[in-house]
Amino acid sequence: MDPLILSRIQFGANISFHILFPAITIALGWMLLFFKLRYNVTGDTAWMRAYFTWVKVFALSFAMGVVSGVTMSFQFGTNWPGYMETVGNIAGPLLAYEILTAFFLEAAFLGIMLFGFRRVSNRIHTLATVLVAGGTTLSAFWIIALNSWMQTPVGFEMRDGVAHATDWWAIVFNPSMPYRLVHMLLASGLTVSFLIAGLSALRYLYSDRSESMWKALRTGVFTAAILIPIQIFAGDQHGLNTLEHQPQKIAAMEANWNTGPNVPLVLFALPDEAARENKFELTIPDGASLILRHSASGVVPGLNDYAGNHPPVFPVFWAFRTMVGTGVLMLVVSWSAAFFLKRRHSLPRPLALVMVPMALSGWLATLAGWYTTEIGRQPWLVTGVLKTVDAVGPVAGSQVALSLAVYLILYALLLIAYLGVLVYLALKAAKDGDASPLPGVLDAPLSQPVAK
Amino acid sequence: MTLDWPTLLPLIFAGLMGLAILIYVILDGFDLGIGILFAAAGDAEQDTMIAAIGPFWDANETWLVLAVGLLLVAFPLAHGTILTALYIPVFLLLVGLILRGVAFDFRAKVPAGHKHRWNRIFFLGSVIASLAQGYMLGIYVLGLDVGLGGMAFGALVALCLAAAYAAMGAAWVIYKTEGELQKKAVLWLRRALVLTALGMVAVSLATPLASPRIFDKWFVWPAMLYLSPLPVLSAVLFAWLWRQTFHLPKAGDRHALTPFLTLAAIFTLGFAGLAWSFYPFVVPDRLTIWQAASAPESLAIILAGTVVVLPIIIFYSFYAYRVFGGKATDLTYD
Repeated sequence: MDPLILSRIQFGANISFHILFPAITIALGWMLLFFKLRYNVTGDTAWMRAYFTWVKVFALSFAMGVVSGVTMSFQFGTNWPGYMETVGNIAGPLLAYEILTAFFLEAAFLGIMLFGFRRVSNRIHTLATVLVAGGTTLSAFWIIALNSWMQTPVGFEMRDGVAHATDWWAIVFNPSMPYRLVHMLLASGLTVSFLIAGLSALRYLYSDRSESMWKALRTGVFTAAILIPIQIFAGDQHGLNTLEHQPQKIAAMEANWNTGPNVPLVLFALPDEAARENKFELTIPDGASLILRHSASGVVPGLNDYAGNHPPVFPVFWAFRTMVGTGVLMLVVSWSAAFFLKRRHSLPRPLALVMVPMALSGWLATLAGWYTTEIGRQPWLVTGVLKTVDAVGPVAGSQVALSLAVYLILYALLLIAYLGVLVYLALKAAKDGDASPLPGVLDAPLSQPVAK
Repeated sequence: MTLDWPTLLPLIFAGLMGLAILIYVILDGFDLGIGILFAAAGDAEQDTMIAAIGPFWDANETWLVLAVGLLLVAFPLAHGTILTALYIPVFLLLVGLILRGVAFDFRAKVPAGHKHRWNRIFFLGSVIASLAQGYMLGIYVLGLDVGLGGMAFGALVALCLAAAYAAMGAAWVIYKTEGELQKKAVLWLRRALVLTALGMVAVSLATPLASPRIFDKWFVWPAMLYLSPLPVLSAVLFAWLWRQTFHLPKAGDRHALTPFLTLAAIFTLGFAGLAWSFYPFVVPDRLTIWQAASAPESLAIILAGTVVVLPIIIFYSFYAYRVFGGKATDLTYD
């Protein structure tokens, strides 16, 4: 069993599982803060009910993210020692700063945020929420900075086969970083918006018409409706940036074989790498040139210019289509729902039925996007510096096969359990509606002193 | 005054990493220990035990991330060597930590009938993680390259570390609870102490016997004299703590924190002994800290951030413990 491919699948599995949860917790932290602040301003207890429903989702998602994140940090050593050997001088400090400034921060204040509601003043509790949300966002900043540097490495020099940092500002704010950070943060916002909207729609379908359901539903739908066009624009800008720095990735994303003008937008195809052509193409003429160069005669890079140095076309092409397709679906669903909520103050049943599976649309789009960018960087682990094949460790294939198998089974079971709990929490909230007794804290003003 | 940074920086980082490992073992020691003690506790007791660690386990586990993270960023060559040599034990550790971490949250959110299942998973995860860590310690002490005899030794250390964590967990329960549960915890502590002491003796004997170099660091005069406080003090603390368990819990709950602090001191002494034995190697007898270290420029930039952030981390950690000070009450989100 080839340890390289097994290690790659394992890393892919670990990181795919991991990203599902920060994709939720990054934005959900801010969303919870929003619920809390809305209560403070309006005094409407429905906001606090929404907070207490979704803080449970936050806690569970956070735990899943933490344990899978710990696994990630070990992967570098267990399977990819060549990575640290070659680029450790850059990866090291970035990872260290992520742990020191973000991981600790969110972990320490999480306890206060989740369990300290009665033990600290409202101010401190709100501060703890801000610090947790901030810490999670800061984590994303550092990780994206490192991952972006792997895509577009700058600010370094090679000495005896080892990368040495020469300009930290350039390393952190490398050419692709701002685009990828914005794109990921918006992705988290969309993931959470659709999750909240979807689970609220589920409650609606179970005849829940409580104020807290409407508040959550409206928050989810309107946030999604605002974010999706911004994300489409950000994604377009990200694509233009990638065109400049990683043209072969764009060529693979568009399954374009020959460099030239008037390149069609391929909606559907089965790229055939051996024959270096697309089978069963369904295209829009000049489409790719228009999107990428804003001109029908714009020149789009072709894969044949990068023979031996471009990523596998089929997965990159299809991951990209999946992401874009999901994005279009998100636009249609969120704008429809926003229309009905705003104009008609209602949610038609067919729309609610669609919104429930759309609860996971953020996951699909985020994974598809990450697969596009990461597989799209192959054969490089760090573009132009280190090839993936040169970084893998000496662990025997059988051992990797064992760990991979167990991870896959474990993750599958945990995902089933996780989704089960989410549905269970939604249905329980639907049953309770606005009738559940609120915590005793609401008998007193929210700013109570430290409980003695 | 010009300092020899290429020599000093790896040394500082070895110290920081050692500190992170020690803090981790003490803090997550009681989290994992309580998970192990789940086997001996009833339902209501389990809830109280969870309440005693609920706000802390995540931050406690982060010290492991810091320790391994420092190994990764400061000593990348060693990180790769150690983790690939211990591939399966590390993998089991991760599985244990995953199960422990998610069980903690799932048990509080699933329908009432499923809670038992997640309690069992919490126990299982804590046990697996503890055993894996002990096994890794045993193999590391023997120099990473071991045969069947070495694996047996690893198994022994695994059991003893799990017992040490159980002792730590019991000590934390004594501090954070009262009544019947607290009394039970005293008994748990007493029983766990035996295996803990056995483990420390085993590791202390195996380390110099496995490596002539380490033997020469300890059993040579006059080093023996200066180093003797370490084992002597440890033995004294063990004996004293053992005796204390016959007098706990005390009236007015005096000295409830003493077992925890005593065990922390014992762990520290043991750790100091290990540090002395292995210095200057990070991979026993193969890579020194200087051979394994990253470039000084990288270390410098990490250190700059660390000296600022680490005190802040310690400060707000103390604050979090203070917020949740006193006896453990039921954990609620509201």
